[in-house]
Amino acid sequence: MTDVLIIGCGITGAALAFALSRFRLSTVVLERENDVSCGTTKANSAILHAGYDPRPGTLMARLNVRGAELAKRLCRELDVPYLGCGSLVLAFSPEEEETLQELLRRGQRNGVPGLEIWDRERLRREEPEVSPEARAALFAPTAAICSPWEYCLALAETAVRNGVRLHLETEVTGLTRSGDGWLVHTNRGDFESRFVVNAAGIDAARVHDMALPHSFDIHPTRGEYYLLDKCEGGRAKHVLFQCPGPSGKGVLVAPTVHGNLIAGPNAQIVSGDDTANSAQGLSFVRSKAVKSVPGIDFRQSIRNFSGVRANTGHGDFVLDIREGFLDLAGICSPGLTAAPAIAEYACELLRDAGLELTEREDFIRTRRRIRFKELPAPEKAALIAQDPSYGRVICRCETVTEGEILAAFRTPIPPRSVDGVKRRVNTGMGRCQGGFCGPRVLELLAKELGVCPGDILQDRAGSRILARPTKEGAQDV
Amino acid sequence: MYDLIVIGGGPAGLAAACAAWERGLKRILIVERDRELGGILNQCIHNGFGLHHFQEELTGPEYAGRFVELLSQTGVEVRTDTMVLEVTPGKRVCMVGKSTGYREEDAKAIVLAMGCRERTRGAIAIPGTRPAGVFTAGAAQRYVNIEGWLPGRRVVILGSGDIGLIMARRLTLEGAKVLACVEVMPYSGGLNRNIVQCLEDYGIPLYLSHTVTDIRGRNRVEGVTVSQVDEHRRPIPGTEMDFDCDTLLLSVGLIPENELTRQAGIQTDRRTNGAVVYENMETSIPGVFACGNVCHVHDLVDFVTAESTRAGYAAADFVLGGPTEGQALAVENGPGITYTVPQRIRPGNIQKNAEIFFRVNRVCGKSRILVTSGEKTIARFSRTHLAPGEMEHIVIPGTLLANASGSITVSVEEAAT
Repeated sequence: MTDVLIIGCGITGAALAFALSRFRLSTVVLERENDVSCGTTKANSAILHAGYDPRPGTLMARLNVRGAELAKRLCRELDVPYLGCGSLVLAFSPEEEETLQELLRRGQRNGVPGLEIWDRERLRREEPEVSPEARAALFAPTAAICSPWEYCLALAETAVRNGVRLHLETEVTGLTRSGDGWLVHTNRGDFESRFVVNAAGIDAARVHDMALPHSFDIHPTRGEYYLLDKCEGGRAKHVLFQCPGPSGKGVLVAPTVHGNLIAGPNAQIVSGDDTANSAQGLSFVRSKAVKSVPGIDFRQSIRNFSGVRANTGHGDFVLDIREGFLDLAGICSPGLTAAPAIAEYACELLRDAGLELTEREDFIRTRRRIRFKELPAPEKAALIAQDPSYGRVICRCETVTEGEILAAFRTPIPPRSVDGVKRRVNTGMGRCQGGFCGPRVLELLAKELGVCPGDILQDRAGSRILARPTKEGAQDV
Repeated sequence: MYDLIVIGGGPAGLAAACAAWERGLKRILIVERDRELGGILNQCIHNGFGLHHFQEELTGPEYAGRFVELLSQTGVEVRTDTMVLEVTPGKRVCMVGKSTGYREEDAKAIVLAMGCRERTRGAIAIPGTRPAGVFTAGAAQRYVNIEGWLPGRRVVILGSGDIGLIMARRLTLEGAKVLACVEVMPYSGGLNRNIVQCLEDYGIPLYLSHTVTDIRGRNRVEGVTVSQVDEHRRPIPGTEMDFDCDTLLLSVGLIPENELTRQAGIQTDRRTNGAVVYENMETSIPGVFACGNVCHVHDLVDFVTAESTRAGYAAADFVLGGPTEGQALAVENGPGITYTVPQRIRPGNIQKNAEIFFRVNRVCGKSRILVTSGEKTIARFSRTHLAPGEMEHIVIPGTLLANASGSITVSVEEAAT
């Protein structure tokens, strides 16, 4: 019997696993997919919001502002790419200028530091490519961007190093009360735990209903994006929002921590995790994005993607504990930002419900990984001298070396697919989208996993890349 | 200090290095990121290479082999499995390799011969899911011809570029079913001989003015939708055809790989996506040359060899004889022309003739190609057929260029039918 069992290893589950790993507890995390960070966490705007959007007084408002503050420190300690670039909400009409004032007031009530209204001249000076139609902007210096999947991975990896047990490809099929705990049924047998935490993202309502009477609904809302080549990366220096509407914060244009430009999302309610792109959705994103930054060259697009947010429709997160079952649900935007604060709050709820939280002395709080590309020349030379595999560049667009991939195989949560390698070291993230490095990564994975190339997956279970050996190739297999 | 560093050991780099050696340079280094010389030719196991240069029909590896053999008789130094990270305007080249470590080398001249990469799904924003089974044609070619693996069993190919056409035949020979080749333009982007030998001979339908408008499948491709497009390349509702396939191959264009070029501050041309070059393939930095697919995308390797040989000679002349002086004429694109290479000609630096390579922007029947300067027509050429998929070239006698001032313009006039 474990103390805490967390269902789902997206950013919310990973942040809680990390937070709990500082205490003397036995914690288990179950994840349905073959990697962490596979749902909403890997496909969103990658923004750490300042916190002027949520309604004052809500948990969402409080945890957003607190989360932004915690994220800054966590990203530093866990070596997660983070850039405190600040954000701007653009106003294109007198009415929207009113909205900026409203957002300013809301932000001040929520405790967001440093908010300012910029006039047209200041805006043009600080953000030269912004549309001349923009009349004013709300500047939020504490907004930032990060690598969401690396953030999740860093939290989960460090939790595992601290003793948390992660079970991948383990899907919860049912929950039954057992004594003063829970019996969690999965495709890989039963787990028994005193407390169960529901961090199942867009499936949180379904998981909740396995344990307790129905109490909330999730409306999966799809957002589609464009990711543009690094040559477009300089078009925005801040995260550029438009004034929020009824369906969310609208289409943003922002730099990414990897140096690209991102534009999106739209908002469309879909069933389940339908992350297909649609011609209409992409066209909507393009038309809205050029309203903020008219010069964006969409011919420099390198990738489209979409992600599904777990909206509940009532403007706050669902964070409730009953009978030892804790829901961390409805984690829509700003969920990525709020995650560490949600974890902190979840620890309080668990403690109040009787979980004893005793700090351990040997807690590991930091993580480091080598990014060859970012090293100064003498360090590059020294690293290759020490380990020649850092001298072989596998991904030419992002300058990722074999050494970095081999190092990823030795981490607490090693990659199991080509995209798993991508999420850890950035191979295939660049302009050729894995055209050149894909076969090389596949070869390294097959060797590491001890399987034949035909068994290597692009991403999740069932996503095999190759069909069968060729007539000649069959003779070598 | 090297006389010359050649970046890239594909057909362009090999020809440039051989030419520079022949012209008398002694300290030459080729840096190749792959484990072997030859570049993309190594995976092009079909024949049809060398008809112009060797007057015989070779496979890609054979064509590369001829140059590797030639190179082995020279004193040119080669570093394979070595990636160039940076080229500075002062001609310092920073590189890393598994056996050579991190190195910075200086050179008197540099030839950029990095080749090109393929356009991807992201560049053309195909809607639908993002499962495994969507490959660029070149990546699929590598899996089949180098790794020995078939990427899929039922295949639709988007784009009728040459690599896509070659792969249609290759996959069919390996036992896959190629259901269709789909081209958004009203004409093919590939060589006519490939349409005949790779599609028609195998009964593979070519749908012109069509594109892929949806991809289905959660984990692996389960099908694609193909729609007809109007003259603005917009899908026409009601024309959808569904194909039950597990693989989509993309052959939708090649992009010269010029990140090092831009980083060095060399001027590039939006039309070619390569460096702006003079008649001798010299870029905006004196002593830095560019040739092959890094400069503009070629259809035939024989022309890459010819262009790169000129670049190699010019690099040697630069090292041995000093910089080229003299006023340059700008080569402008007139009606019907997509791009020209070179973009600048120094009449004082041409031996006898100036060669201009270009592509037209639409299919033309009987046409005249005009070279004008201001109001004057200085040369005219006739052609019976022109197509964007086939690179054209004209040879202008140097004496005629004496009549030009400031710039010359190349344009196409289709004869009235």
